[in-house]
This record gives sequence, C-alpha cells and structure tokens, in this order.
Amino acid sequence: MTGVSHPEAAARFVADDARAHWHDQALWWVRKKRDVASSAVPDWEALRDAAAGIKAHTLSRIGDYLEEFERNATARGAKVWFARDAAEHNAVVHGILSERGVTRLVKSKSMLTEECHLNPYLEARGIEVTDTDLGERIVQLRHEPPSHIVLPAIHLKKEEIGELFHQRLGTEKGASDPKYLTEAARQHLRRRFLEAGAGLTGVNFAVAETGGVVVCTNEGNADMGTTLPPIHIACMGVEKLVPRRQDLAVFLRLLARSATGQPVTTYTTHFHGPRRAGELHIVVVDNGRSAQLGDKVFRRSLACIRCGACMNTCPVFRRSGGYSYGFIVPGPIGSILAPGRDASAYRTLPFASSLCGSCTDVCPVRIDLHHELLAMRQEIVRRGMLPAWKRAGMKLAGWVLRFGWLYRLAAWIARRAIPALPRGLLYSRWNSWGRQRELPPMPRETFRDLYRRHHGRP
Amino acid sequence: MLTIGLFIPCYIEQLYPQVGMATLRLLERHGVRAEYPEQQTCCGQPMANSGCSADAAPLAARFLRVFRGYEYVVAPSGSCVSMVRNHYDAFLEGKPGFDELRRSTYELCEFLVDVLKVGRIDGRFPHKVGLHHSCHGLRELRLASGSERRVPGFDKVRSLLQPLEGIELVELQRPDECCGFGGTFSVNEEAVSCMMGKDRIADHERAGAEIITGIDMSCLMHLDGLIRRERRSLRVMHVAEVLAQAEGA
Repeated sequence: MTGVSHPEAAARFVADDARAHWHDQALWWVRKKRDVASSAVPDWEALRDAAAGIKAHTLSRIGDYLEEFERNATARGAKVWFARDAAEHNAVVHGILSERGVTRLVKSKSMLTEECHLNPYLEARGIEVTDTDLGERIVQLRHEPPSHIVLPAIHLKKEEIGELFHQRLGTEKGASDPKYLTEAARQHLRRRFLEAGAGLTGVNFAVAETGGVVVCTNEGNADMGTTLPPIHIACMGVEKLVPRRQDLAVFLRLLARSATGQPVTTYTTHFHGPRRAGELHIVVVDNGRSAQLGDKVFRRSLACIRCGACMNTCPVFRRSGGYSYGFIVPGPIGSILAPGRDASAYRTLPFASSLCGSCTDVCPVRIDLHHELLAMRQEIVRRGMLPAWKRAGMKLAGWVLRFGWLYRLAAWIARRAIPALPRGLLYSRWNSWGRQRELPPMPRETFRDLYRRHHGRP
Repeated sequence: MLTIGLFIPCYIEQLYPQVGMATLRLLERHGVRAEYPEQQTCCGQPMANSGCSADAAPLAARFLRVFRGYEYVVAPSGSCVSMVRNHYDAFLEGKPGFDELRRSTYELCEFLVDVLKVGRIDGRFPHKVGLHHSCHGLRELRLASGSERRVPGFDKVRSLLQPLEGIELVELQRPDECCGFGGTFSVNEEAVSCMMGKDRIADHERAGAEIITGIDMSCLMHLDGLIRRERRSLRVMHVAEVLAQAEGA
C-alpha cells in the first residue's frame, strides 16, 4: 500500500508497551492540566462560542481582512508578501535572505515552515538553519520532524535526549538531568542567536485592524531571535487573521489553557512594524487553504489555532504517537487536514479514530472534529479509496440487512457455525478481532425468540 | 398505557438477547408496553461509520418504515440512538415522519429519566460496580456532562444506579475515556483498540470493580472479549441487566 498505513505504524508503536503507556500518560497529564486551567475560567464554554464565532466570521470575509491587514501592516513599515503555495513561500524567504547575504537563520516554532519544508530548502541553498525552540532543536538534531505540534519531542525520553546532547553538544555521557541538559542547550543556542543574520518566527494571530502579528512562546526564543538579528521574517497561513485587537482577549485566554494548561504563554509578543533600523517581513501563505475554504464541510477545520488539545485528549494519538500519522499535523485535526491535501496517501487517517468525540469537546474553537472525520471517511469511500474487500463487505452486509428474513438466516447460520468450528481455525490469522479478544457468545436463541415466548407465542 | 416501539440493535438481538429481555422487563415494570416490531434489522451504523453512506441509506429508510408512528422508540444503546438522532438527517431529511421519529427516539436510561421521570429505582445490587460511559451516549446524546466540558455536572446513567441499595460505584482515574471499540475501528486498528480496552479494564480493576456496566453492549462486548481472553475476574453487565436484576424484574 502506498502512503501512510496508520494501523501498521500504530501497531509498531503499541508493540513497545512500556513506551506507549509512558507516551499515553505524559499526554494525559497535559490533558488534565488543561481541564484544571479551563475550570479556572468562569465562562469557558462561552469563550469557545465566541472564538468559533470570530473564526467563522473572519473566514467568511478573509479577502477583506487580508487586504486590511496588508494595508495596516505596510503603513507600520512591514513588508507583506503573499505566497500561493509552499514553493512560493520558500522562494520568498530565500529571496529575502540571499538578497541581504544572510547565511545563518534562527527560527522559533512555526508549523507552517514545517508544512512548507523550508529547512531543507534553505539548507540546500547554503543557509544554516537553527530551530531555537528546545523541542524543535532536539528533533532537528535527530533529523526528525516534530511528533506533536506543541510538544515536538514528546516521543523522546530524557535519557535519549541526554545521549543526543552528549553526541552533538558535548554534554557528559549518561547525563539526563533536564536542568543540566536545558542549560547546555541554552548555551549552545545563545551562540546561534548572536551569530544569526535573520530571525524567522511563526505567527499565532495577525490582527487586521492594527497590522500587527502576535507570537506566543514559552521559552522566549522568538524574542531572542527577533531582537538580536536585524531582520525578522514572520510566516503565517491566511487563517491566522483575526479582525480586531480585542479578539485577542478571547483567543489568548483559550490558547495556552487548551495547549498546555497554562493560563497564558510565558511570552506573548506583539510585533507592530519593524524595530528601529530593522526589517519586518510578513509572508502570508495560502498553500491549499483557499481550496479548503471552498468546501462547506471541511472549511470549519481552518479555524484551528494549533493548540494541540485534540492530540492530548485523543486516546488513539496518545497510544500511536505522532509519527504514525505521517503528516506534519498529526492527531484528529491532522487526520482531516492531511487527506484534504492528498486523499490517497492519507486515506487511513480518518479511520484512525474510534469517533469518541473527545477532540470535539476540548477544541477551543469548537471544530466538530469527529463529525469531520466521519465526513472525510465518506469522501474516501466516494473516491473509491477504501480497500476493495472492505467496500465489498459493507455492501454485502448492507444488502443482507435490507431483508429481515435474510438477516435472520445469515445470523442463524453464523451462530450455529461459529461454535462448531475448531478453535485453531476460528482464531486463525484472518480473525483480527480474535487476536487478543474472545468472540462474543453465540446463544441458541435470539431476542425475537425470547420476546415471542414472553408473549406466549411460539 | 404508554406503548413504545422497542428498538433492539441487531447485535443485541443475536448475541445478547438477555439484555433485550432486561430492557423489556424494566420498561414493563415502569408501566410501559414495549412492542418489538419484528421487521427491524440494523440501523446502518456500521456502514455509515465506515463512510459507506450509500449502503446505510436503505437501512435508514427501512428503520423509518418500521418505527414510524410510535409515540416513543426506545433502545438499550447510545450509539444506535445517536445514529438515528444525529446522523439520519443525511438520509431522511424532509421525509414524512422523520422529524417526529428523530425527536421520539430515546436511549433507555434517558427515556427512564427524561420521559418517565423515574427519580429512583427501588432495588438492591450489592456489588462494586464501575460505570463505563460509552462515548456516543456521553458526547453525542449528552447523557452526562463529561470531563471535557465546563458545564454543571450531571449524569443520567449514574443517577439511576447510585440509589440502588448496596451498590458501590467505584471512582475511576479516567472517568470517561473511550474503551477502543469504535465499531469497525476495533478490527481496522486492532492494536490500538485492544490497548485502549486493556487500559480501561485496568482502571476499573484498580478501582476495585467486580462488574463493569454501561449503556452500550458493543463497548462491553469488546471489553468482555479482552477480559475472557486474559481470564480476569471482572464481568460485564448492561445497565438494563443491573437495573432489572436489582428490581427483581
């Protein structure tokens, strides 16, 4: 099978039982922190309503707000660039850097640049890129993508990071004290900040009314990266817009609480135009978002503010790991976004959910994630991408169930035949239910039989 | 006497007839005449949840034909009721009788609490019981407030179990995490599904439950399959069985 097979990747993750449980518990701990933090806000559910409303409104007038944002940002001295897709985005960033002879770039967290594969693009053109978020730096040193959008190295244990730092940063062998390792990373990154010719950040929110962009981090690395080098490049998807500054009061209260259970991120930096003698470039990227906006079902997912709450609560994500999704945004939201980009390659993702609906209930912008997953399943089937045997099985079952007598006959045969089969045959390789589970009992009588007897009928 | 249409999900009819009977006796004991239309088969959820809407559509139409006209339709399953209430509009929107059917289809506990206004059930059930909240009952039918939402707490299922004499409802570490059944998910994603199920069982075991109960026999079938394979001492019972046994019905 080409593309991602979530069931196979997940089975490999689950096979290491201790690690899978550790991963599950680490993320469940974040989910519980989110529960506590959201309880401290009296009108949490009303706040979610407000956020959903603002997002729906903004997306319905995105063109107008983009123009307003461009006007206001330009008036403040920023240069606004529009990029149709990942290739244009990468070319714009590279153009800015190469024109100014910049060979060293420091980056704070940006899922968009991951989406556009900016790092390898720049590295191939002789630019040294340093991710400065600690988790991002760890996965960059391992030549891995992030496994979670907020907690990029959540799949790693501190001992593994100790070993990595020993090899790459020269820390003591066997050292795994988080404080010691963080200090080593801090010293290593300090040098990179000082040497950098430009700093690149993501954008959490862009305010149309003011032309400002807001970046939220916990490590202050975005602030270091935009304060030391003279050039700041901020990259954002079109969906990051909010109309007014006051809308931030809604989103900033939701974001960190949903993401990590903090009341607010440690650093929330508002950039309004370039700093003195500096440059601010804002690269606004579409990369498939307009097409998604045109789809009346899947447009709702564009409201996503990338808090990661759906991942932390997802019982499947917690037990299958971010890499099992094979897409830059994993978990429930990724399982909608990925097949939206390439339905064939990511066709197993919408099925990597028990449709439990917990994601829908934690989503701070009220995306009905589990209903969108279901809609995406329909889309996969409509496009003929469900394996033929599954499609045939469903067709057959659907057909049998249209006739009461046929359904009863088929069920009668099954209830008689299954107990008669030798266990070795019944629990052979084809029986995926029975690998770890017993089959249900096969009673002689059905409810209908008992009901008839209850009413004294034969 | 109030007459309702008894909707017995296909897998309960075939595999767990005693759950259907417990439901029937419970309803009768509370003054309801439960009529079981024998032409019913399946609500179509397995097809619909697999994305095969075209295969579910005729079953939705059949369901409407079979159950149209009942003042209430009651089923001992949250997920099958959610199928009718939340997902049938894709197939039946605008069809005569559909709106009434959707509004009058109830999960058993919800029917007892919201329609029959059963405040408490007089009965005795001297066991340590873990309540497994099935996801569709919880998050699609809102039978309880759930751990994710910041709304005033309520729990319609627990409110029926709690007053039983001698019952001890154990406290779980994760009160409403999914058991991993998820219909075809249980075989498509066998590894994750079984890990989820084992984790749920472990939570109930740690809390000291002898019995895991719930409103959806499908979740319980999955958990029971794992319990029996691993020869654990817990057992599963549908809420209807617990209530009917407690009442001596």
